[in-house]
Amino acid sequence: MPEAQASSSTSPQPTYAATPGLVPTPGQTVGPFYHYALPFDGGEHLVPAGTPGSVRLHGTVTDGDGAPVPDALIEIWQADAEGRIVREGGSLRRDPGVFTGFGRTQTWRDGGYSFTTLEPGPTSEGAAPFIAVTVFARGLLNRLFTRVYLPEPAAALESDSLLASLDPADRATLVASREPDGSLRFDIRLQGDGETVFLRYPRHSV
Amino acid sequence: MSETVVEQREAAPARDSQAEVSAEIAAAHAEDEARGLTRVQPRLDFPAYRSAALRHPTKDPRHADPEGIELVAPVFGHRDVDPLEADLTIQRGGEPVGERIRIAGRVLDGDGRPVRGQLVEIWQANAAGRYIHKRDQHPAPLDPNFTGVGRAITGDDGSYSFVTIKPGPYPWRNHRNAWRPAHVHFSLFGTEFTQRLVTQMYSPGDPLFALDPIYQSITNQPARDRLVATYDHDTSEHEWLLGYRWDIVLTGTHATPMEEGEHA
Repeated sequence: MPEAQASSSTSPQPTYAATPGLVPTPGQTVGPFYHYALPFDGGEHLVPAGTPGSVRLHGTVTDGDGAPVPDALIEIWQADAEGRIVREGGSLRRDPGVFTGFGRTQTWRDGGYSFTTLEPGPTSEGAAPFIAVTVFARGLLNRLFTRVYLPEPAAALESDSLLASLDPADRATLVASREPDGSLRFDIRLQGDGETVFLRYPRHSV
Repeated sequence: MSETVVEQREAAPARDSQAEVSAEIAAAHAEDEARGLTRVQPRLDFPAYRSAALRHPTKDPRHADPEGIELVAPVFGHRDVDPLEADLTIQRGGEPVGERIRIAGRVLDGDGRPVRGQLVEIWQANAAGRYIHKRDQHPAPLDPNFTGVGRAITGDDGSYSFVTIKPGPYPWRNHRNAWRPAHVHFSLFGTEFTQRLVTQMYSPGDPLFALDPIYQSITNQPARDRLVATYDHDTSEHEWLLGYRWDIVLTGTHATPMEEGEHA
């Protein structure tokens, strides 16, 4: 139940177990040969194209030279339009009528990717809606986490603690831009000018 | 003009020798040791792995407290995965060539709790070291009876089990005479989005470990060892297959005990 989560604006900062626990298994690159294994039919369509309220989330993944990354894998995970965190299986064999909140797609030869999804609502009152993202690629030795914030409402973005901790240029890398056709554009720059802000959560070790 | 540049960038690394690459591996390890850094994860900036040069972020990741959607994980279940997908030797009608093995283990979170009912995906080369992939140009035979792709849903104790063929090592173009140690790719989810993991499982005693920039990008030996399965005779089956055990530990969760007690 999403309501069970405390609103971070009203409760003290959460504290996480200081005990080290078990040491995690290290990550490794996804490599170049995942295409038969990970992408699945309809992975990029969290809702069928043309669904009322649907939006296209798209962009390009580029490297430190600004060259497209044609073999990246992008996953998204998000709440529905009302901000509900859906607990439905079936992402790999989609029922077009069921929104699971999970999507996966590979980049094309030009580094581009595209999802058809719903714009997530806030998961708690006043929270800035965002889509959680993981990025994998050949040459990338471990997965990267980031967030795609919706460009509206501006007031919610102002009050978001992660965005507030970033300088304006870095903040801009996490906020999707609204294209003239209504779609959301989110480019991912792995390195260099305009490098996307990637995230480390508590309990993640180096 | 620009095509030439691209060709050069891709072709140049193949001229480097294993000795040069091994020296770069040693230098990166020495650098971490001098800094007193005991890593449990790979170094993203690892020059010996040529493809990492332009694909690693140069800024440290920023701290984020997980919120909302990040505190839960996508749900997968028996709608998503047919139990037969855990046997990679029965997918094509005939028996694939190679050494039949079982890889079994448990998926645990950072506090040792089993990750129940969650998706595990694997993919690998065949016994000859060849992937079913149009970009794999290694002149080794494809096996018409082997796709090298499997899926499973973990049990209540976090357990998974795949029957497959032991993968072969294969050459790649990182440098001259570069060979990857035999490995199986694993993709895992936890109970939180923050636990997402893609990694590779290796076989014990592989002679290519010391030479491989991907494996060695984890600069700490005990951490590297966590990627190596253990031969387990109790998992082996009489006149049928050899057994390997490999447990996977995800990072710790951030949910409070009260939330953990609730049923999804």
